[in-house]
Amino acid sequence: MGDELLAELSWLPKAPEDFSERCNALIGSEGPQGERVRALASCALGENKLNRLSKVIDALRARPGAIHPLVPFRLGMTSNATTHYLASPLVATAARYGIALECIEGEFDQSLQESLDPDSAINRARPDAVLLALDYRGLHLHPMPGDAAGARRAIAAALDQLGAIRNGFKGNGDAICILQTLARPPETSFGSLDLALPGTPRHLIDGFNRGLAESLGGSQDFLLDVAGLAESIGLAEWHDPTLWNMGKIPFANKFLPVYADFVCRLIAALRGKSRRCLVLDLDNTLWGGVIGDDGLPGIILGQGDATGEAFLSVQRTALELRERGVVLAVCSKNDDETAREPFRNHPEMLLREHHVAIFQANWNDKATNIRAIAEALSLGLESMVLLDDSPVERGLVREILPEVAVPELPEDPALYARTLLAAGYFEAVSLSAEDRRRADIYRENALRIALKENVPSIDDYLRSLGTTIHFRPFDPLGRARTAQLINKSNQFNLTTRRYSEAQIERLENDPAFFTLQVRLTDSFGDNGMICAVICARNQEDWQIDTWLMSCRVLGRRVEDAVLDEIVRNARLQGIRRLTGTYLPTPRNKLVEEHYDRLGFDLLERADDGATRWELAVDKYLPRNPPITVARSERNGAGR
Amino acid sequence: MNGKAEYFRNRDWKTMGDGILMKLTDVFRDVFADDSLVLSRETTAMDIDGWDSLVHITLMLSVQRAFHVRLSALEMSQLQNIGALIELLHSKGR
Repeated sequence: MGDELLAELSWLPKAPEDFSERCNALIGSEGPQGERVRALASCALGENKLNRLSKVIDALRARPGAIHPLVPFRLGMTSNATTHYLASPLVATAARYGIALECIEGEFDQSLQESLDPDSAINRARPDAVLLALDYRGLHLHPMPGDAAGARRAIAAALDQLGAIRNGFKGNGDAICILQTLARPPETSFGSLDLALPGTPRHLIDGFNRGLAESLGGSQDFLLDVAGLAESIGLAEWHDPTLWNMGKIPFANKFLPVYADFVCRLIAALRGKSRRCLVLDLDNTLWGGVIGDDGLPGIILGQGDATGEAFLSVQRTALELRERGVVLAVCSKNDDETAREPFRNHPEMLLREHHVAIFQANWNDKATNIRAIAEALSLGLESMVLLDDSPVERGLVREILPEVAVPELPEDPALYARTLLAAGYFEAVSLSAEDRRRADIYRENALRIALKENVPSIDDYLRSLGTTIHFRPFDPLGRARTAQLINKSNQFNLTTRRYSEAQIERLENDPAFFTLQVRLTDSFGDNGMICAVICARNQEDWQIDTWLMSCRVLGRRVEDAVLDEIVRNARLQGIRRLTGTYLPTPRNKLVEEHYDRLGFDLLERADDGATRWELAVDKYLPRNPPITVARSERNGAGR
Repeated sequence: MNGKAEYFRNRDWKTMGDGILMKLTDVFRDVFADDSLVLSRETTAMDIDGWDSLVHITLMLSVQRAFHVRLSALEMSQLQNIGALIELLHSKGR
């Protein structure tokens, strides 16, 4: 699987640089700190950071109400290996799932005694659950190659021993048990034959694990498939013989964070905290390319192309989740009709409209849309997961709706599905008939819902992005990209006038034209050139001949910054009035209200829907969006 | 020949050792959650609160991760002070 994905919890955002300062600040703060603890725990934390955060949680727990709103869960822990290193990572990781975990450790290799003695530390604590963190080395599963009957007896005896422990905790502590499967050692004795020959370590451990899984029917206990986790990581990575020899440490410590996450997602599932709805972005998440610009034949999707197959695998994963009861929704910055077109008419699409409960394709911010989706489905925000390729959108939703899970994604879409599934958002402890039916309960079929007001704190987020906008007149360096933008942009394009590179070159030196090429950088990197403007001088007017923008940067107030810049230059050149035109096409409904929104007055409306607008330069008040401006001067359209 | 190699190793060791000590200090601060912790070559387990045998393993694992080395159980258990740890890491080419 690539052990980094799991070992590093790659789906979680990185821990903040000032992690330890934040930890200290939590201890010193008055009032309930649970939300802030949870936010810190929701980063990808290594062993030492988890240990540190667990100390903070312990300190807060000592103060009444300080850990609110995390809900308490008491976990007993017993093992035939060292559990000392498990407890702190578990406590810190549980906060990621909204749980204030308390761990009660049993004595080393005393599982049976702890369970049978009503007065043992674990039974006295009345835990909500007991984790039986067993290691293969502590069970009497000694190799007996070729002895089929002996192997059967050994497996049955080990399962019986475990059964006695389970009964003990049930009877004396009134606790359910979480039972670990055994991660087998990577070493073989015969080689490939180990799988077929009864009595080899592999045969014994596989038999035990299978027997354990089958023993759960009719009991209230739950399975923690550590064997599966260790195999995903790689058994040779998982088992560290040095650590076992030194301190009976059952697996390499670098996997403590993911082990703890596996335990805690199971506990969260027991508490009904698993997520229920997957919200999907469209462009570059479900298919390659931008449907609004590339059109139906232009998007990358389907068999026979590596990238097209990668996006198919995302869709297949979404469908499989739907089969087991996860509700699917769409949230995309697009025109509704344009966004639905692939679902209706693309032959390779696996997802169709009837698979999607709520379909939100509009130009509003995603936080507002996701909140609306949750309300329409009567689900809490804690039930939602957003899959989105754009780091800016991910950051915005995390910032404004911290309850929503938003996995980080790698560059390569082939790894999207694996990353989403590795995060374990949809952990389930059972599959009910209702789960299987749930997909059909949401029969509204790609319902579209109206939105309330936008969330007000978006400006704060935009400010935190450290966005800088760079203005430059058209020049030879940017010419090729300018031409590409002018000839490709369909959606945010007021006039959809196409110009060749040769025509653009002439504009560079023509004093009758004012031009802008616009780049945008932010803390996630350089978005490249995202906007182009051409104004033609007509006496004391500037006619905005072309204004277009890449939809990737919608909702970030780039238009406001661009208009500020146009007006600023117009004033310098003695211009009194800007005029703008909207020429409707099947693709650019998005900007129908563009000039209206920016405060232009309507001059005329033609029968075909085209509109003309004007703005008095001397009455204009700068819109001052939270964006830093950088510019290189020299431009035409002066006297 | 030998003398010259020895001379360069010693000179190298001086500056390398300082680099290792700085990086070790970061690791120790991380493990002991104490940003004011200071290490010298003479520091031993007795000098730092909470440095017991269990924490020692966490510490050694963090050191191995930070320096990209693998230490044997014997190497981990024989260290007398920070100076010995620096020497060990240096001998592994760090």
